[in-house]
Amino acid sequence: MTLLARPEPTPLRIAAREAARRALPLVVLILGILAIMLLAGQAGIVTQRRVVLCLISVVMVVGLYIFMGNSGVLNFSAVGFMAIGAYTAALLTMPVTAKRTFLPDLPAWLATAELPLLAGPLLGGLLAAAVALPIGVPLMRLSGIAAGIATFSLMFIVYVVLGNWNSVTGGQASLMGFKAWVGLGSAGVFAIGAVILAWLYQESRWALALRASREDAVAARASGLRVVRLRLGAFVLSAFVCGVGGGLYGHFQGTLRVESFYLDLTFLYVAMLVVGGTRSLSGAVAGTVAVSALAEALRQIEVGVSIPGTGVLISAPAGLGDVVLAAVMLLILIWRPQGVIGGRGDSYGRAWLSAFGPGRR
Amino acid sequence: MSGLVQILMDALSLGGLYALTALGIGIVFSVMRLANFAHAELITCAAYALFALSGQPVVMAVAAAVLLAMALAALTERLAFRPLRKADPATLLIASFTVSMLIQKLLVFAFGSRVKPIDPLPMLSQPVWIAGAQVSLLKIVTIVTCLGLLLLMMVFLRRTSVGLQMRAAAEDFTMSRLVGVRADTVIVLAFVLSGVLATVVAVLFAAQMGFVQPRLGLPLVLVAFVAAVIGGLGSLPGAVLGGFLVGVTITLLQALLPAELRPFREAFLFGAVILVLLVKPDGLLPARGMKDRV
Repeated sequence: MTLLARPEPTPLRIAAREAARRALPLVVLILGILAIMLLAGQAGIVTQRRVVLCLISVVMVVGLYIFMGNSGVLNFSAVGFMAIGAYTAALLTMPVTAKRTFLPDLPAWLATAELPLLAGPLLGGLLAAAVALPIGVPLMRLSGIAAGIATFSLMFIVYVVLGNWNSVTGGQASLMGFKAWVGLGSAGVFAIGAVILAWLYQESRWALALRASREDAVAARASGLRVVRLRLGAFVLSAFVCGVGGGLYGHFQGTLRVESFYLDLTFLYVAMLVVGGTRSLSGAVAGTVAVSALAEALRQIEVGVSIPGTGVLISAPAGLGDVVLAAVMLLILIWRPQGVIGGRGDSYGRAWLSAFGPGRR
Repeated sequence: MSGLVQILMDALSLGGLYALTALGIGIVFSVMRLANFAHAELITCAAYALFALSGQPVVMAVAAAVLLAMALAALTERLAFRPLRKADPATLLIASFTVSMLIQKLLVFAFGSRVKPIDPLPMLSQPVWIAGAQVSLLKIVTIVTCLGLLLLMMVFLRRTSVGLQMRAAAEDFTMSRLVGVRADTVIVLAFVLSGVLATVVAVLFAAQMGFVQPRLGLPLVLVAFVAAVIGGLGSLPGAVLGGFLVGVTITLLQALLPAELRPFREAFLFGAVILVLLVKPDGLLPARGMKDRV
């Protein structure tokens, strides 16, 4: 009798079910990040710093996903926008006295500017987006390897310009004198913010249209979608998130070197995204956490791990961790070329909902 | 006049190295659509082989380096790229990044990240005079070797059966298999050839630099990669054209830019790259069969 008593799925219930299905990945990701923050709060200071870096990487990789995941176009410029964000944030929030010491040749308006700390990453993101907009207009027409090389060139240009613009960035020297205020809490909040932003975008009609162009560019264009404009929107949003990530990175490290915003980070973030699965937000976050955790575990083994109860200390020779990390990432790519989460990443709620969710049949 | 000869020699020797590197990348790309960043490590490993055998006669050291680079190229194909042959180009590109990183870290692990001095071709260090300009013999040998090797490659690709198979595979891989070209053989051969080209570049480049280190090949391959894309990825004449073009552009920027802009010369180069790609996304000499049909 109880079976018969269950109400028929009404349009409202179906809508509720659909909304729940879509929102589930977001809820899972936010809870996951909160759990990581809670766990890291109990850990030692060194591990905690690693977790903060991981959360900043989440911001970066989510930023990368917004464009690469939805459009399917290669993009190696994220670290360039990160560098723009990092330097903007540092220069705008640096105390005026510190500027006089470290950067005596700054233009007057910049030398006297000292904005509140939170403005740093946000304005960094805005400037990155403002740079991405005009450059994106011609660049978004490219696809495939050409897009990869063009965005790579863009990153390289940012690298060369920041590295030689001595009066503003200090050139090859380290930039110091600004506050390192980003900790576990703030990095976590920004990571959650990035995930929410990416999710909101992903559920929008523009992102749906952009994903259609990813699956079949010609058919999308034939259906009247303005592919270049759609890509541009994602590119600018992605640059904004990456710029914010850069601001966080600078305010976490407390010093900036142009050297850090080059191939290693570019490779790391793209690899995190590809390992998790380019095509889903869950993949972006999972890949970041997995690669960070693996790198941290290997670092611990290099330092030395004692097996509990036996007193035996295992330690690997220095440098082996990097070798193993690269080897494991290669194995993951061979094992699952679509990434660990694969293309179905954000629909994993479907099975769960059909069992427990509202409006089930 | 002497300045002009100097610039010309610099441009040709630099362009030659880029052209050979771009050709090595282009050969692999043309048969399996893989943009192989690990080409850098073929160069680096060959240079390390020269370093390890630095007391031995030059011929022996170079022979060992060629064998090592060929074996390494074939090994990366078999272990890393063959399982990924059906993956999309982005995944392949990332995989080649990872292979490159893996070999690089292995080199750091084995030899340390310090710079090691090396002088594989000591007999070429004396300068010669051409039209009033002082040019190192090494540069002239570099130019001659590059041109000779390019000619040799052309003869190989045009006049031998294997070369014909490779060109067929580059043009339409599926079709060439249907008419009896062995896919695995052609792909391994492309990798082995890229290993040979990498070794030649390694010998000349290491002799110019005078040192080896685990990232020796990386800047060369980055620029050569760009050169291959400008020329038209998958097109072998395109790769050579792109290599020389980039070499000439870098030399001219170095010579002609005012001093305060000179540190930014690479930014100008890469800006030019973006412009070329915007006008011709498939490169200056687009490869046939690259466009997807609808």
